[in-house]
Amino acid sequence: MDLRFTPEETAFRAEVRDFFRSEIPADIRAKVSEGRALAREDYVTSQRILNAKGWAVTQWPVAYGGQPWSPVQRYIFMEELMQAAVPLPLQFNCFMVGPVIAAFGTEAQKRRFLPRIANLDDWWCQGFSEPGAGSDLASLKTRAVREGDHYVVDGQKTWTTLGQYADWIFCLVRTDPAAKKQAGISFLLIDMKSPGVSVRPIITIDGRHEVNEVFLDAVRVPVENRVGEENKGWDYAKFLLANERTGIARIGLTKERLQRIKRLARETPMGAGTMWDDADFRARVAGVEIELKALEITQMRVVAAQATRDATKPDPASSILKIKGSELQQAATELLLELAGPNALPAGGADLLRNDPDAPFAWEDAAAPMYLNTRKVSIYGGSNEIQRNVIAKAILDL
Amino acid sequence: MDFDLTSEQRLLKDSVARWAADTYASLDRVEASRSEPLGFSEAHWAELAELGLLGLPFSEADGGFGGGPVETMVVMEALGRALAPEPYLASVILGGAALRLAGDAAQRARLIPQLAGGSLRLAFAHGERQARYDLEDVATTARPEAGGYVLDGAKGVVLNADAAGLLVVSARTAGGRREGAGISLFLVPTDTPGLTLRPYPTQDGGRAADVILRGVRVPSEALLGPADGALPIIEQVIDGAIAAVAAEAVGLMEALQDLTVAYLKTRKQFGTAIGGFQALQHRAVDMLVALEQARSMELYATMMVEAEAEARGPALSAAKVQINRSARFVGQQAVQLHGGIGMTQEYLGAHQFRRLTMIEILFGDTAHHLRRVTRAGGLLGAA
Ligand SMILES: Cc1cc2nc3c(=O)[nH]c(=O)nc-3n(C[C@H](O)[C@H](O)[C@H](O)COP(=O)(O)OP(=O)(O)OC[C@H]3O[C@@H](n4cnc5c(N)ncnc54)[C@H](O)[C@@H]3O)c2cc1C
Repeated sequence: MDLRFTPEETAFRAEVRDFFRSEIPADIRAKVSEGRALAREDYVTSQRILNAKGWAVTQWPVAYGGQPWSPVQRYIFMEELMQAAVPLPLQFNCFMVGPVIAAFGTEAQKRRFLPRIANLDDWWCQGFSEPGAGSDLASLKTRAVREGDHYVVDGQKTWTTLGQYADWIFCLVRTDPAAKKQAGISFLLIDMKSPGVSVRPIITIDGRHEVNEVFLDAVRVPVENRVGEENKGWDYAKFLLANERTGIARIGLTKERLQRIKRLARETPMGAGTMWDDADFRARVAGVEIELKALEITQMRVVAAQATRDATKPDPASSILKIKGSELQQAATELLLELAGPNALPAGGADLLRNDPDAPFAWEDAAAPMYLNTRKVSIYGGSNEIQRNVIAKAILDL
Repeated sequence: MDFDLTSEQRLLKDSVARWAADTYASLDRVEASRSEPLGFSEAHWAELAELGLLGLPFSEADGGFGGGPVETMVVMEALGRALAPEPYLASVILGGAALRLAGDAAQRARLIPQLAGGSLRLAFAHGERQARYDLEDVATTARPEAGGYVLDGAKGVVLNADAAGLLVVSARTAGGRREGAGISLFLVPTDTPGLTLRPYPTQDGGRAADVILRGVRVPSEALLGPADGALPIIEQVIDGAIAAVAAEAVGLMEALQDLTVAYLKTRKQFGTAIGGFQALQHRAVDMLVALEQARSMELYATMMVEAEAEARGPALSAAKVQINRSARFVGQQAVQLHGGIGMTQEYLGAHQFRRLTMIEILFGDTAHHLRRVTRAGGLLGAA
């Protein structure tokens, strides 16, 4: 047993750290760190720099641009990326639809889509949830009826993150209404420019335009845009969700936030000194740091076990990472809000709330929006209640 | 022990509740008021005047209605329940208390009828950006000159200052920035030369402003209360405001609890109402426990708000700690139990959560008030 990294792993850490800090523009990283809205271009710029280096889709199969890294290297890579406040490579592209196409798509689909997914030439969004199908995703109602070499799709998706920027949406649709729940679902790739696709913004609690409703009204989708077999979409969705949950703990992100809080606390006046002179506040920060250290080691244990697991099935231990990881992300935003104090009240310019990247900015302006927005992390990606159900069943056998 | 309202207090409660329910029956109505230039509806303000609410806490001799802490609690609860955006807190509770506690007969006679009638609004311009929650931390200065004073400095996050005709401004007439003695209060009309407002929306959909004072000249009659000795008054004003937001928070939490329980009964997943899942039932129960703890401390705050400073301070701080903790738990869990819908501005519950979050910060956060209670040796007396 040895919890230390090898010299090779430490050298690898230094290499990726230097790259992130020297190559990804500082203004983009500052926005991530400060919790400001990123423009579409910021995501694209950052991901293309990574992709040019071969680092946008490191977890894909090597044949499609992945890196032959060990689980520990993958972990270090993501850690450093988040700690450098680099925008994550677009989740929907790199961690969701890309791996699904790489694993289950046709050769033609792989050739057509994968390079564009990796380079963010196409922006993808995730069309799984529906108004009536959230935690109970398999109850989804959007229908796809086969007409010759097309499907005709009717229904509604919701909570579609950054759908306003998307060129494509990957959807779960019902192709066999007679089959029982999970059995009649297929996985379709839909061009957002198709006639019949419309997008309505939903403004989230923090005042931003982050999610959308997507309406599908008699949308014609070529059969060649179905991934894998008809009515087998649920299997691919499970594969995708398993990918989504690894790394969901976002330990690097919380580390970055805590480091920033410690920095800002030294500049934030309190009484005759600063917030950092307040032993109680420091103890609260340390308390979160301790839990984060524990989670980091838990994450390493899960990573180490990955080598010997069937990667197509979700590891129930990842539910532990999801619960604790989301709680710690939220705890960090609570500390930031506390730090900002009464100066967290102003909402900045109304423009700041509407994704205007040039709006004037004080760090306190983002404290409340970040706190409010981060409530989502215990809801999406399988709510923390659902994760507890998973653990109760799969680990405790209750 | 008597937790009952008198028949007059019950009448008051019913009439405010009826007004609030009629006026703010839906989130759309709240949003419509908020979208007016000052962030609320002047017409609604006039209705509050007609109902007698704007003069409520002032003595009848001064032209008010002689209401006490219980009456204020009843009103604030109802306004909180309705998420009413009117600046009742800023003008009647904060500004009004300063005038009530510190004003001389002439000032009260001149201003209270205007306040009660709705033609004048106040704002309480005390906090400064560097002060955090420390009430004695005042850098703004007031230099005496012949016939009056000259004010210089900046006040941060003054609630509803853009809706006020008259500001109650604290400034140093003596002493260093963090000294208790040497602070005075002044009545400053917002159109006084040298006074600039920088208004903005707040995170809960309300409004506030930074107030910049550059060589602002006011006459001697503008002094409100004793020169150099305003800190005890400021403390009393803020303790009163804590009791008021405690009541507002309880109203908000009640409404949010009701909304959440109703949602648990109607939202179906896995072929059944999600309220059937025991995990969620227990969470809703914990929310109720938090709400009831908050309600008890709301009553405690109301009972103690007119006590002597020595007993009042720790009591109000204790109440604020409980209110803050309950507000956070109830707010967070309400959003969680709603799932995605709780995360959107299209949903009333999200707005209630935002307001509760801001109430946590207003007049001192949990850490601040816990420190005050600790410094006072707790609530139980010597060990
Ligand atoms: C900001 C944000 C972004 C999102 N982005 C996307 C996206 O891009 N694409 C996409 O497809 N989806 C997205 N989602 C949707 C997300 O996956 C769903 O919100 C989530 O699955 C929960 O579903 P729901 O909102 O319908 O809540 P519900 O499922 O209705 O849940 C309501 C409450 O009931 C609880 N609950 C439900 N079932 C049980 C049970 N069996 N036992 C105990 N408790 C239970 C839940 O935990 C929750 O507390 C996003 C959501 C948010 C908030």
